[in-house]
Amino acid sequence: MNKQEALIDYCLRLGDNSLVLGHRLSEWCGHGPILEEDLALANIALDLLGQTRNLFTYAAAVEGKGRTEDDLAYTRNNYEFRNALLTEQANGDFAVTIARQLFYTSYAWLLFTELQKSKDETIAGIAAKALKETSYHLRHCNEWTIRLGDGTEESHRRMQDAVDSLWMYTDDIFAQTEGDALLIKEGIAADAATLKPKWDAMIKETLTKATLKMPEGGFMMKGSREGKHTEHLTYILGELQFLQRTYPGMEW
Amino acid sequence: MSNSNNEWPLWEVFVQTKSGMPHKHCGSVHAPDKEMALQNARDTYTRRNEGTNIWVVPAAAITASSPEDIGPFFDPSNDKAYRHPTFYTIPEGVKYI
Repeated sequence: MNKQEALIDYCLRLGDNSLVLGHRLSEWCGHGPILEEDLALANIALDLLGQTRNLFTYAAAVEGKGRTEDDLAYTRNNYEFRNALLTEQANGDFAVTIARQLFYTSYAWLLFTELQKSKDETIAGIAAKALKETSYHLRHCNEWTIRLGDGTEESHRRMQDAVDSLWMYTDDIFAQTEGDALLIKEGIAADAATLKPKWDAMIKETLTKATLKMPEGGFMMKGSREGKHTEHLTYILGELQFLQRTYPGMEW
Repeated sequence: MSNSNNEWPLWEVFVQTKSGMPHKHCGSVHAPDKEMALQNARDTYTRRNEGTNIWVVPAAAITASSPEDIGPFFDPSNDKAYRHPTFYTIPEGVKYI
């Protein structure tokens, strides 16, 4: 894998994360627990979609084969998607959505903080913009985690269940490829291995405030870097891509 | 929605559009506490770049005049035109008056 391929893969991977998670959050639209939260989740979904557009546009430009952001979103198959397994997991109850937000957003915040300093100016610019949005997303899910964990008996139980059930997907977020090593050496990508201990500390702090137990060890599922996904992704893409698959090139 | 005992308290939201401008009432949100009220207000009322600052105030903390007071409260100022600053000339270029 040369530097160009590594960079395309890196941008697609980050863009896939926000595309798939953004799609998941958009499923809450009209179903939020209260009107205000419905809007909050839709806002976050739109921010994530915006991040995807920036990353896909850049990936397409680096590739230079005339593909567009839409081609990348609507015509790749599930095994070509590189989003972390966590991001495709189902919304579940509100606690599951918040736990998924907490795990992903803490990672994204650390990642974009590093990528702001990337030697690739476009990556640095995309990261700086995304970091502002992500800082708010982080505040949102931290506050909710604390309130649900340290809330009623039922909300505590549901939040702990959510944290426990998604824990097995958390190592996969930090999985790296050989292309990453190349980009890290060039000062373009962030080294996920250095983010993990910081992530552990962030999660631990929030869970402790929320009177929740941090899971330890256990089976960890991986595979997103090789395009091996859980059953959920195919259904998400089915919904996301059906129009362009049925009517290729359709515009409105 | 129907059981008011299960509803979170109501907060009135005031948004400042620019630094130095007054905060203006723009609506209300439900929230369990002040931090969440701020977040809900941000998500509900500043999505289109409307704000630089937000106040949230528990609706229960607001004391309002009652509709019956409309006569004694406001009628006496009806015929006191001299209280309007229409007799001053305002220099050109002064904004927000």
